[in-house]
Amino acid sequence: MIRRTAVLSLALLSVAALDGCRRKVVSAPTPVATSTNADSLAALRARQRADSIAAAERAAREAAAASDRRSAGEAAAILAQKIYFDYDRDNLRDDARATLDAKVPILIANPSVTLAITGHTDERGTAEYNLALGQRRAAQVKRYLTSKGIEDARISTQSMGDSQPAVQGTDESAYQQNRRAEFQAAGANTLVAPRS
Amino acid sequence: MRSSSLRRFLPVALLMLSIAAPLAAQDSTSRGVRIGLTYDPGSKPGVAVLPVTGPTGDSVRAIVQRDFDFGDRVNPIVLDAMTAIEASRASAPNWPLLARLGAAAAVQITPTANGFHLAVYNVATKQTALIRDYATSAAPQSRAWRAVLHGIADDLEESFTGVRGVARTRILFERGKRIWAVDSDGEGATPVTDVGTPISPSWDPSGRTIAYSTILPAGISVLDLSTGRSRTLVSGGGVFISPVISPDGANVVYAHGVDAGVDLYTIPLSGGAARRLSVGRGSDNVSPSFSPDGRRIVFMSGRAGHPEIYTMDADGTNVDLLTPLDIGENAYRASPDWSPSGRLVAFQSQIAGNFQALTINLRDRSLRQLTSDGRNEDPSWAPDGRHLTFVSNRTGVRQLWVLDTETGRSRQLTRGAPVRVPAWSPRLPAE
Repeated sequence: MIRRTAVLSLALLSVAALDGCRRKVVSAPTPVATSTNADSLAALRARQRADSIAAAERAAREAAAASDRRSAGEAAAILAQKIYFDYDRDNLRDDARATLDAKVPILIANPSVTLAITGHTDERGTAEYNLALGQRRAAQVKRYLTSKGIEDARISTQSMGDSQPAVQGTDESAYQQNRRAEFQAAGANTLVAPRS
Repeated sequence: MRSSSLRRFLPVALLMLSIAAPLAAQDSTSRGVRIGLTYDPGSKPGVAVLPVTGPTGDSVRAIVQRDFDFGDRVNPIVLDAMTAIEASRASAPNWPLLARLGAAAAVQITPTANGFHLAVYNVATKQTALIRDYATSAAPQSRAWRAVLHGIADDLEESFTGVRGVARTRILFERGKRIWAVDSDGEGATPVTDVGTPISPSWDPSGRTIAYSTILPAGISVLDLSTGRSRTLVSGGGVFISPVISPDGANVVYAHGVDAGVDLYTIPLSGGAARRLSVGRGSDNVSPSFSPDGRRIVFMSGRAGHPEIYTMDADGTNVDLLTPLDIGENAYRASPDWSPSGRLVAFQSQIAGNFQALTINLRDRSLRQLTSDGRNEDPSWAPDGRHLTFVSNRTGVRQLWVLDTETGRSRQLTRGAPVRVPAWSPRLPAE
């Protein structure tokens, strides 16, 4: 999970870096005026006008890139959003379905992206049964996503059972946060936000 | 502390050594023969372990006495200082004193140049009942050296009671992302795997090889304890859970699943193709345990909607629900372990919000609750079919405990960081 997030961040950083390079190429150095005559004044004004147009275009490009970055970041966040389960259950609650529904258009808009689903349980019950339960949860999530049109081969499942609690604690609030499925996206340098 | 208090008993050793020499040539009994001791039926024979000479003597005596104590079949008679002084005043073998102390037998262990010399005296007949030598080149206080003494204690228990002890056994468990092994007396806890995600260790019938599963990467590994070499038996996507080795040592049965439930599979221990045994139809089927004859398997299944214990033939046919079906919010029974006697299955069940260890009788399905203090899980039988180890949080931290199912006596086996998934070994060979 952490590693995957880092990959996405790196991808976004490299996009930002490219943007910076492009900016240097566009903003050519302004020659210094050595004499003042009508021609050179007109030329200076023309240059200033061109420069201000370039600056405006640059600002617009940057705004668009920022928007794409924001969209890519939002898409990554939506793909990574966890879902939660009831005790000893693998069925998808309404809140889980809503979270999964938000992932579907992003997966459709990014056909090269694959998703690894990891099922987790709370600490109650046996380690062995919890590994099976975590697998059942991951498989249930996969079934839901494939039923929404995501190709089977793009989704893998695994279980950590109760071995990686999200939070420590022995109350229901901790247990609820630990009964979850986590998602790791891979396969794209940057995500395209779905066009709605 | 233990050894300094034992030093007081040395005079008795000198006394007994003086009587051992003339008797030594009288008798030599072969392994496994029972000594006809005189003691009250229904009670445990009292056995005095006489003080042992030499720099390791106190350890030798303490280890064997403690094995008797933990074995719950022999009552070790601990001589106090006054008794030792009284005994040392005697000019002849003090049979009356040993009898008065309630000793049916006295044990004399003498460290020798190449191991230990054992002499056993029958107090009622005033005879030497057993003479035996144990060869070992193991360094004093090493695990192998201690194992020789555990073997002596087991031999002695067998000769006194007809039932071999379980002192020379080890218990595997998971702690801190490694598999560990600890001796039956709680000493010598040692990691046997590297740090990773190993879980659910189990023994082969020889006690030389163990199998365990790993969570990430998901698979089943086999480890030769003598060489420390491990190999991956099977791996892949999804989960691999709870491997057990068949009583003939030929196959490994484990749980595996990807996208359609978790089922039990079998694969040759030497490697090869896996074959599915259970038909769970999308449910979870885990935690198999073989019957001692290898013909049946007990396992946990969620096929009824919640975890219950089932049995099936080793080929996956003739599935039978073992535990009484209790449809309720808290019905959760798991971690079955078939007893070495074949008559019982130990398992855990949710009772009043906590897990407790129970046994179910395979003949009449009668249930017996073994624990009630804290949360008690993952019972595993000792090879005597009488003692169980399990995980309990009764002290606040998950530790292994040992329970004598006949007397209800229990002791803490491990200390330190939390543990889980114990597996008690078969009786182990001499090292």
